Amino acid sequence: MSDWAVETRDLVKTFGDFVAVDHVSLEVSRGEIFGFLGPNGAGKSTTIRILCGLITPTSGTAMVNGIDVAKDPERVRRNLGYMSQRFSLYDDLTVEQNIDFFAGLYGVPKLRREERKDYVLEMARLAERRSALTGSLSGGWKQRLALGCAILHDPPILFLDEPTSGVDPIVRGVFWDLIRGLAKTGHTIFVSTHYMDEAEYCNRLALMHRGKVIALGAPAELRHQASAHSLLRLDSTKPLETMRALEDVPGVVDVAVFGGGLHVTVDDAEATAERIRTKLGAAAIEIHRLEKILPSLEDVFVSMIEGEERRVA
Amino acid sequence: MSHRRIRAVFIKELHHITRDSRSLALALAMPVMMLLLYGYALSLDVDHIPTLIYDQDGTSASRDLVRQFRGSRFFDIRGFASGYEKIEHDINFSRVLMGIVIPRNFGHDLESGHGAEVQLLVDGSDSNTSSIAIGYAESIVKMYSGAVRVRNVAPPPPPAVEARMRVWYNSSLESKNYVVPGLIAVILMILAGQLTSLTIAREWEMGTMEQLLSTPLRPAEMLIGKMSAYFVVGVVDSLIALVVAVTVFAVPFRGNIVLLAISTCLFLFGVLCWGIFISAGSRTQVEAYQMGMLTTFLPGFLMSGFVFSIDTMPKVIQVISVIVPARYFVAILKSLFLKGVGLGAIWDQMVFLVIFGAFVFWQAARRLKRQKVA
Ligand SMILES: Nc1ncnc2c1ncn2[C@@H]1O[C@H](COP(=O)(O)OP(=O)(O)OP(=O)(O)O)[C@@H](O)[C@H]1O
Ligand SMILES: [Mg+2]
Repeated sequence: MSDWAVETRDLVKTFGDFVAVDHVSLEVSRGEIFGFLGPNGAGKSTTIRILCGLITPTSGTAMVNGIDVAKDPERVRRNLGYMSQRFSLYDDLTVEQNIDFFAGLYGVPKLRREERKDYVLEMARLAERRSALTGSLSGGWKQRLALGCAILHDPPILFLDEPTSGVDPIVRGVFWDLIRGLAKTGHTIFVSTHYMDEAEYCNRLALMHRGKVIALGAPAELRHQASAHSLLRLDSTKPLETMRALEDVPGVVDVAVFGGGLHVTVDDAEATAERIRTKLGAAAIEIHRLEKILPSLEDVFVSMIEGEERRVA
Repeated sequence: MSHRRIRAVFIKELHHITRDSRSLALALAMPVMMLLLYGYALSLDVDHIPTLIYDQDGTSASRDLVRQFRGSRFFDIRGFASGYEKIEHDINFSRVLMGIVIPRNFGHDLESGHGAEVQLLVDGSDSNTSSIAIGYAESIVKMYSGAVRVRNVAPPPPPAVEARMRVWYNSSLESKNYVVPGLIAVILMILAGQLTSLTIAREWEMGTMEQLLSTPLRPAEMLIGKMSAYFVVGVVDSLIALVVAVTVFAVPFRGNIVLLAISTCLFLFGVLCWGIFISAGSRTQVEAYQMGMLTTFLPGFLMSGFVFSIDTMPKVIQVISVIVPARYFVAILKSLFLKGVGLGAIWDQMVFLVIFGAFVFWQAARRLKRQKVA
């Protein structure tokens, strides 16, 4: 059996002329929380659907829990839990009826069924609402129930496609506690998200853009990868004039407005900072703050995607 | 094949069915409403047909025939015409429905044993009534000519078969006895097709199909689970329809109950699978509904032979009707209700229902297997 929980080789999926997934090769270890990031239409959902056997790839191979998805999709399905991007439980069934249905589909043995149901009800904090119609639940509860239904058979691997989209930060926090709990008990979590704070919770991340994986690694690694340049935070009295003044300062690569101040990408942090001080002093612009900062994941990803766009163009 | 997964689907579908109480009420009320509506509309017994007679012959033979018509409760002789214009005029103004023209040589032809002709002119605007009227007129003429032949010619030729059949199986000549059993088949076809035609398209519309496809559930299991749940509804509908037929319409049931139960189940199975087949080919419920209606309503009414005889239809329709299951179920129901025959007389129709069910089941499972998210 392969060591990897998930492994893909040159996965390609085209829709007509459009390449939705472009030679994606990934390896995900067991027990890992693997984050899948990227702008809308990057191909995250398509990749996850291929891994769950819902879409046949145009070419390439996908292995889940050591099983080739193309060769034995049914065995793969017994080994995974899937939460699709769109809520997909039955609104007209009660919480309990939904759980019983999926327990039946996953073939949870009769003896374990009550125990699994109680576990899921408790995990999703739905014990008191077990007879409520699923359609009457609010977003956070629905999502926890969907997660619960996906883990009834205790699958080693979970595919969660934007599980927390559209719910508030507190509810997201509760959800991520569950995910981390599952990872601690040895489950592999393959999760896509748009939220950068969630990306920080992941052991490793893949950044997807136009069907390609353009960066792969732990969050900290990715920050360092991006640090061929340094980032300076600059707060001053007149931001617009400051931007103009910085244009011809040697060593300045890029200037961007960020919150109330500016993020200045530079080549050599100390020397360039000195030149900026001199230049702004001459222009009679007062500096409130000028310091080197660590780029956030968002900075990293934005600059990676911009770099990729420039490279393609 | 896992019976646990089939059971899970079956129970889940029953939950859907009972949750949606409005649709369920409609599904159960439909057979009653349709039977009452179409049953009465199609079986309004035609009698006292206003009739005009144009007797060109004026012999004792022709007067004898006229007396036969006078003696029948189905005809009301409004008078005698002396030309075609009068008949045409009265039919155009809806004063009469039928004109009977007894040609000049009627008596002579009858004597000579060559066979005589009688001409019928009918108001065709109500095709149902007029075809029934023609049927009555023909049987009177045949009975009369048969009697004449028996009297005059030896040895007697076999009597007119059609006239006797009517008298034998539907002795009171009540059209409801003939229409209602066939109508049950048509109604069940429409209802059963409708019951399942939405079930797969709904999963796609709700986004739940994606979740189902990610589980170990197999296409055939989904098919059997869903079909079984709607089978329960179909059986209840069948019982309601049969009870209404026997009580409200007082149609006599002369056949074997077990044969009735078996053939009804075979028929339901096939048509429910057909609905799933349609549904698996549609991504929206509207599309599935329209396809379901198109493929059950029209064939059910037009190609099942329940009132409109298949033999008189265009060749194309006759050929298509061979694959319409209602055609065979109509034949079975009519046989069981009116003739009280045994398995020997209907086994071939039952075999067809088995073939239809098996084939459609296979095709529906194939379509379900091909369901992919993209
Ligand atoms: N069935 C399909 N037919 C044609 N194009 C498709 C199909 N499914 C997806 N696509 C296209 O493939 C691209 C990738 O879609 P995908 O859903 O994988 O993106 P995503 O990264 O999940 O985006 P989002 O963050 O919006 O969910 C999109 O441009 C989408 O329009
Ligand atoms: Mg997506």
